[in-house]
Amino acid sequence: MTSQQEVQLIAAVIAAACALPGVFLVLRRMAMMSDAISHTVLFGIVVGFLLTRDLGSPLLFLGAVLTGVLTVSLVELLNQTRLVKQDAAIGLVFPVLFSIAVILISRFAGNVHLDTDAVLLGELAYAPFDRVVWQGIDLGPRALLVGSGVLLLNLGFIGLLYKELKLATFDPALAATFGFLPVLLHYSLMTIVSVTAVAAFDAVGSILVIALMIAPPATAYLLTERLSTMLWLSVLLGVASALVGYWLAWALDVSIAGSMATMTGVLFAGAFLFAPERGIVATARRRTRQRWAFAQQMLAVHLHNHAGSSDEAEECSPAALHGHLRWSPDFAAQVLQRAERNGIVRREAERLWLTEQGCRLAQTAGAG
Amino acid sequence: MMYQPHQPHQPPPRPPAAPHAAVPAIAVSDLTVAYHEQPVLWDIDLHVPAGVLLAIVGPNGAGKTTLMKAMLGLVKPAAGQVAIFGGPYRQQRQRVGYVPQRGSVDWDFPTSVLDVVMMGRYGALGWFRRPGRNERDLAFTALQQVNMEAYAARQISQLSGGQQQRVFLARALVQAADIYLMDEPFQGVDAVTEHAIIELLRELRAQGKTVVVVHHDLQTVPEYFDWVTLLNVRRIAHGPMAEVFTEANLSHTYGGRTAAVPRR
Amino acid sequence: MLELFLSLWSNWGDYTIRTVALGAAVLGVTSGVLGCYAVLRRQALLGDAMSHAALPGIVLAYLLFGTRDLGILLLGAAGAGWLAALLLLSITRHTHLKEDTVLGMLLSVFFGFGMVLLAFAQKQPTAAQAGLSRFLFGQAATVVERDVLTMAGIGALALVLVALFWKEFKLLSFDPDYAATLGLPVRLLDVGLTALIVVAVVVGLQMVGVVLMSAMLVAPAVAARQWTDRLGPMMLLAGIFGAGAGIVGAVLSASARGLSTGPMIVLSVSSIVLFSLLFAPRRGLVWRWFQTQRNARRLRFAMQHGDVPLSVPTAPPSDPLPDPRIAEQKGVSG
Repeated sequence: MTSQQEVQLIAAVIAAACALPGVFLVLRRMAMMSDAISHTVLFGIVVGFLLTRDLGSPLLFLGAVLTGVLTVSLVELLNQTRLVKQDAAIGLVFPVLFSIAVILISRFAGNVHLDTDAVLLGELAYAPFDRVVWQGIDLGPRALLVGSGVLLLNLGFIGLLYKELKLATFDPALAATFGFLPVLLHYSLMTIVSVTAVAAFDAVGSILVIALMIAPPATAYLLTERLSTMLWLSVLLGVASALVGYWLAWALDVSIAGSMATMTGVLFAGAFLFAPERGIVATARRRTRQRWAFAQQMLAVHLHNHAGSSDEAEECSPAALHGHLRWSPDFAAQVLQRAERNGIVRREAERLWLTEQGCRLAQTAGAG
Repeated sequence: MMYQPHQPHQPPPRPPAAPHAAVPAIAVSDLTVAYHEQPVLWDIDLHVPAGVLLAIVGPNGAGKTTLMKAMLGLVKPAAGQVAIFGGPYRQQRQRVGYVPQRGSVDWDFPTSVLDVVMMGRYGALGWFRRPGRNERDLAFTALQQVNMEAYAARQISQLSGGQQQRVFLARALVQAADIYLMDEPFQGVDAVTEHAIIELLRELRAQGKTVVVVHHDLQTVPEYFDWVTLLNVRRIAHGPMAEVFTEANLSHTYGGRTAAVPRR
Repeated sequence: MLELFLSLWSNWGDYTIRTVALGAAVLGVTSGVLGCYAVLRRQALLGDAMSHAALPGIVLAYLLFGTRDLGILLLGAAGAGWLAALLLLSITRHTHLKEDTVLGMLLSVFFGFGMVLLAFAQKQPTAAQAGLSRFLFGQAATVVERDVLTMAGIGALALVLVALFWKEFKLLSFDPDYAATLGLPVRLLDVGLTALIVVAVVVGLQMVGVVLMSAMLVAPAVAARQWTDRLGPMMLLAGIFGAGAGIVGAVLSASARGLSTGPMIVLSVSSIVLFSLLFAPRRGLVWRWFQTQRNARRLRFAMQHGDVPLSVPTAPPSDPLPDPRIAEQKGVSG
């Protein structure tokens, strides 16, 4: 495999690994937790490095994962004092840990591979050069092995706890009564997010971790409401952004991570505009259709309500539509025309009558 | 801007709102409101004469709060209109005081009781003018009316639910309006507050004011109010208590579930 | 600490340090004051999204105008931050996505796009682009007097607007619906206040950098909130905290190599937050702990002496705050 292919494979694997827990972050309204975690894992990595002086040590990985979980607990601790609201708590915790990490790097580790640009963007292009060799056999790039491991872990986690996660996400109270321990589940999910963030961090940097975790699930959520569909769709979208982003970066000679993040945004914009049911375009068209249907219903209800009342003659005339319903004469004429065509209303000179079908429409409308 | 600065210290003298004035205090005609093309209110017609205590009653999701918000111009109707003393809300807003649901704000906001009450004068103050001595006095008087003057300097997060509700009432009182619209003022308040509110409502009626209250507790409706609107997306019935508050109408409003309704 | 101020004092004649300290003070005051609104309106993370989103704006302004002039770069930053705020509004209104999701997405996508543009800029042969990366973590040493003047001008304008629309912004933040019934143009005020928050973010970018700027909005406001229950004093305190942290952080970072300005300022302001959360009278955790202890002691004493008070002092004004979750229980209604 060429190193180019390897980079693409790494990007795809990491995108897939990020999208899986990202779906639950988006659904559980904790998307910004990924922002916090992806920044603070740096702290764990740096402290681990300063202790071991070895960038390859598994302790770094462990330290980073622990920092991620620590971040979540700190945010919740702050929130529980009731002195700070949740969003402000997130905004307080991660800058502190990230700041300490940045200073530690520039003070004590500036000469090694850790530098602040890599922190934000990762060094995907160099990932193929850091290889794992075991007894003389080249097993592949470290990032690929770690990424695949994390992808498997995430698949396993979600596969095993699918129904628990689903219930805890959509109905935490019910999940608790079933004895599913929402807190335990919450922290397991946060651990998974941390593990994923750490694995991805090395290759793509802290900002792209957020993009890969949040944007593909957000896009998928515009396309489907089924959890299972949303999961595989997010993975697909993540992988697609990663690959297209990589080629673009290659063609334009720019940052791979930045280009991948941009692509996740482009896909989202596409879904936002053109999603078959939820997109802006589809919604606008449906709105227009509904507006006419709704206006006819409104007309039916209006005529029905005033049938038999003392002001019947006045209210049930074409002129009243403008005067009473506050419709523009143009709009009123069009509604009337449609209603007549659909057999809802009969017109006799200056008097409107509801047909039998119109009566039914008026009665069913707003019955809920 | 519409938010007008021309006001002197006190609202200008107004024609007394006589209970039998020809112009209704609130006239809702053919009002339809929809969220995302889903109707929440269908073709509502209501005439609220000046000087009544009106309860808006109906099951959850009946559109009670929406109706009130439409009266206040907070939601845009799909059809129909609301007239306040014969004019659109925009022109009559100085004659309307509003008491929103207590839970609609963050009570940990850094401000004092007196300050919140003074907010009721912001509309009359206009741009760039700060509340001064006159506003403080008005606010303090309003607090006395709800027996909260001892709490004037208190931070609002230190109030009980009932006290919060009374602060909101005082804020509406300080608007010196002719119509008061109150969204669930009895929701989750203590007995003392409930009593204080009902006393206040009666006092307002005695002054010829019109009070419209979104209310939840069917049992207390006939005791507290003299007019009632039964609402369930459509207007089920509307009129004086004795004519309208009947078993048949209630069962129609609640879809035959009245038996389960009167509970607190 | 003392040493720091001594060095600041003795070096006051030092042009660089004076400029840096002044710039940091301007940034601290602006973001401290406007951050109060961000925190009270639960928009703390909006600042984070805006500051990350500012990056492509900065680079684009540089690419278009080929200048390093701070005013122009900040204009680009404000434009991009403003665009992010608009997109946030429009996406949350038109879809069922929650605000946090949209924030996280906008933040990372804008930033990623900014890095792509930055790579373009860095391929340009001129030396001017070298300064752009200072916007990542902030670099006090690059601040010159002209920059401070630019920052001060923008900041002062924002503060004047806050003063002019004081009661309107206050009511908007506390109870927007009620504000609308009084006839305030709520939509317009909302847009204006958001624009001011963008301004606060933009003013600090050169000092603190896009990654950490949000902390400058959140931290001073949170710290100030612990010491007072009034909006005016809260803003004043937040401004002072922000300025103090800005000066301390900037001077510390200029004092030694390898101390990026952004992180140093953030650490200074976070220390103030920590101190406030612990020791602020009445709200602080330590204070509350002592209060609980004293109440328990009183009760024990009373019980030992057979004179149990009918009402243990349960809720004097100084007691812990009532659980906001109770206050938040919304009335159920259609």
